[in-house]
Amino acid sequence: MKVGVVTFPGSLDDVDARRAVTFGGHEAVALWHGDHDLQGVDAVVLPGGFSYGDYLRCGAISRFSPVMTEVIEAAGRGMPVLGICNGFQILCESHLLPGALIRNDHRKFNCVDQRLRIENTSTPWTSAYEQGAEVTIVLKNGEGGFVASEDVLDQLEGEGRVVARYLGDNPNGSLRDIAGISNERGNVVGLMPHPEHAVEDLCGPGTDGLGFFTSLAAVAFA
Amino acid sequence: MSETDHSPRTSTLDTVAVASGDPERDQPWADLGLKVDEYARIREILGRRPTSSELAMYSVMWSEHCSYKSSKVHLKQFSEIPQETPVGKMLAGIGENAGVIDIGQGYAVTFKVESHNHPSYVEPYQGAATGVGGIVRDILAMGARPVAVMDPLRFGPLDAPDTHRVLPGIVAGVGGYGNMLGLPNIGGEAVFDETYLGNPLVNALCVGVLRHEDLHLAKASGVGNQVILYGARTGGDGIGGVSVLASETFDADGPAKRPSVQVGDPFMEKLLIECTLEIFAAGLVAGIQDLGGAGLSCATSELASAGDGGMHVELDRVPLRDSTLAPEEILMSESQERMMAVVEPGDVDAFMAICAKWDVEAVVVGEVTDTGRLHIDWHGQRVVDVPPRSVAHDGPTYQRPFARPSWQDALQADGADSLARPTTGDELRDTLLRLVASPNLCDKAWITDQYDRYVRGNTVLSQPHDSGMVRVDDETNLGVSVATDCNGRFAKLDPYAGAQLALAESYRNVATGGARPLAISDCLNFGSPEDPDVMWQFAEACRGLKDACVELGIPVTGGNVSLYNQTGETAILPTPVVAVLGVIDDVTRRTPTGFVAEAERVFLLGETRDELSGSEWAHVVHSHLGGLPPTVDLAAERALAELLADASRDSVVTSAHDLSDGGLAQALAESTFRHGIGVSVSVADVAGGDAFVALFSESVARALVTVADDDADRLVELAHRHGVPLTPIGRTGGEVISVEGSFEVGVAEAKTAWSATLPAALG
Repeated sequence: MKVGVVTFPGSLDDVDARRAVTFGGHEAVALWHGDHDLQGVDAVVLPGGFSYGDYLRCGAISRFSPVMTEVIEAAGRGMPVLGICNGFQILCESHLLPGALIRNDHRKFNCVDQRLRIENTSTPWTSAYEQGAEVTIVLKNGEGGFVASEDVLDQLEGEGRVVARYLGDNPNGSLRDIAGISNERGNVVGLMPHPEHAVEDLCGPGTDGLGFFTSLAAVAFA
Repeated sequence: MSETDHSPRTSTLDTVAVASGDPERDQPWADLGLKVDEYARIREILGRRPTSSELAMYSVMWSEHCSYKSSKVHLKQFSEIPQETPVGKMLAGIGENAGVIDIGQGYAVTFKVESHNHPSYVEPYQGAATGVGGIVRDILAMGARPVAVMDPLRFGPLDAPDTHRVLPGIVAGVGGYGNMLGLPNIGGEAVFDETYLGNPLVNALCVGVLRHEDLHLAKASGVGNQVILYGARTGGDGIGGVSVLASETFDADGPAKRPSVQVGDPFMEKLLIECTLEIFAAGLVAGIQDLGGAGLSCATSELASAGDGGMHVELDRVPLRDSTLAPEEILMSESQERMMAVVEPGDVDAFMAICAKWDVEAVVVGEVTDTGRLHIDWHGQRVVDVPPRSVAHDGPTYQRPFARPSWQDALQADGADSLARPTTGDELRDTLLRLVASPNLCDKAWITDQYDRYVRGNTVLSQPHDSGMVRVDDETNLGVSVATDCNGRFAKLDPYAGAQLALAESYRNVATGGARPLAISDCLNFGSPEDPDVMWQFAEACRGLKDACVELGIPVTGGNVSLYNQTGETAILPTPVVAVLGVIDDVTRRTPTGFVAEAERVFLLGETRDELSGSEWAHVVHSHLGGLPPTVDLAAERALAELLADASRDSVVTSAHDLSDGGLAQALAESTFRHGIGVSVSVADVAGGDAFVALFSESVARALVTVADDDADRLVELAHRHGVPLTPIGRTGGEVISVEGSFEVGVAEAKTAWSATLPAALG
């Protein structure tokens, strides 16, 4: 599959995401925020970083980037879209996902090897995991606290749209320990932790994140 | 000057013509930090009084921070070290923004460590943030992609109220800026001592990687080439920051000369990095310089004097954040995130197009000339007409008096031998627990977890490993390793040995990870050079570093001096921070810190002597500082480093940890914490069986290694070949740290003590 990774001004983990896509067995395609062009990719990753310096509000400016018109349209058609960290924030600002991400409750940037439980394996990004799999993936952010109204949270839980949940001490104040969610259709996933930093034993805490990138193949060949 | 419109203040403009016609006007040279003879020298160079713009330029460029006027007679000796690393000739040396060394496979690495001490005391967050920003631009200006940062930090006592103001701000600033640049922070130090209260040290290191052919030097050559200023707009921040902030100590009598600290915009710097690298890749740059301390004064005079000798700048073209700024202020402004490039006329359009792509503002502000003069005009009127070298390089040189302090002998005579030592197993156990929880030896995760250590996906080793290591090439697995160290207490006891010990520790840490040390950069933090005691410490440290570099066969690639680090009469501990850079052919063979498996054999490499003076034990338990530091043995360091690099290459050892602060006890404890694997040792064959000395002495040239049973013979053979003493001391395994015949302590208990200290103090 061809998987696009968007670079916004201030994207940081775009190089890492492209490497992870390659490790997942796909062709990584660099997409530029200023182009109205997805270059025929089959899926899109919005990587981590501080797009537009996180000025105004995380993801609030990137959401208006030209490429996002195409991403939103393609997501509506069912194209798999994964937003990691800042990408998750952009997806929320774009209203592709509900809720918002606010400053960590302890008010510090926090970079840790985080344990997670994969709660929904029916998305194109998580099908390679076993239901309930416990994994360790890098978490690093200053504004990772997921918030939404009680109704929305209940809906997310009820529809099985909580994709991943934090294990152990809640690292950032996310409501109901939510680390990642999906849209109703399941093709759009937002994840605060960084699976692209856990795809090789050499650089990062193991390979538990690789599943997010190999899942696409499982879907494609299903 | 009461106008609020944006018209230039021509009515008060001090042009060259005005200066010539009004030669005796009183000028505020003293307020700008110049001495009377320095002002006289400027008048002599120019044959007239300087204009106010020229005075601004000379004052910032001749400040201690920019001109190294007190230190350069001592730094000169670093150029006498052969400019060659174990891999080959240096590609660029001292004098460039940062030295560049060959690491093989067509790659080169540039790295440098700099200080941002005084601004970080005044405004911790922005001071630290812009310290990171400045060193990253230095590296970028060499043509390199910055790939990692590291921050050696020094604070006052952990329980001092001001530390609670300074530390969180500095850490948040280092993280806030570096994280947003997408640069992994792979190590550093955090050391606490009362002498840093009121004068914290914020040193910032950056490593960059480039291909040999991409090396760019700071020079303006090619008459007619265009001079482009790009990046952030110029504002009023940091005006005079260099000459005043960096050269005045913090006396109680107030902040009269304390102007604003620069404010950083890391998002702009990230754009500047990507934009500049794309410009390099397109081959559009003839010369380049970052704007740091002394801003445009520095960039224009240094570029011009390193090139064809002339430059003409139209200062009114500089994009401003504050349109009321006067030319003097524009020349002195230290606004961050700016670069200056020299570009051939035919390449200007392409250059501008790349800047536009990255939303980076760029303006042609001048051109290279063959006049031999730096001419700067303000709305068509000449405000600067100087020989550029006189500004950039011909600053004053001081032969500051120095003398061995009268108290040095008494300090050295007051050794740790007379201090009460723990003897029973229970006392030794308590000592271990107390030391692992002490501020200098405790877990630094509260700090380092605020830094992104994973971004770019190439981080092989980072805190809490002994050194940081990043992969340079995905295909070949070539990598580089860096460590920074300095024990200021050792340097106080003997600055010559102390500087060598800083180098030795850093060198050892790089080797512990499996890399071969190639070169050093240093950041020499000292008190006031006007104090002969301090100046002696500085001179001794320089001499020690030079001698050690010669003996180890590694050059100094550059560095930074920070003086006037004192509050009132109290100077900081002399703190010559040394960064060592190493190369490793295959990062998959790196040696981790910390026990990785049960039932492996544990060996101590090196020789342990009764060396407790200046140790963490003496500091923590007795608040004592006196005696002589551990004996320097560079031949032993070199042998140990070669052994460790070979052990990595041949996959002999499974883990390695250097022995330094806190001695064997600390190394054992930290090794068990990593994966919760305990250890049982006997120290009967170490230090003549004196358990206290064996566990807490800080003798150098030592490391703790583990091997699988099958590989023990290979290790013994390696140690024999390199002439490194080797002592089998035990095995990994279990859930306790057990010292035979003495005590046991649970790994979990010790780890809890180790990790609780900073969160308890800082929240």
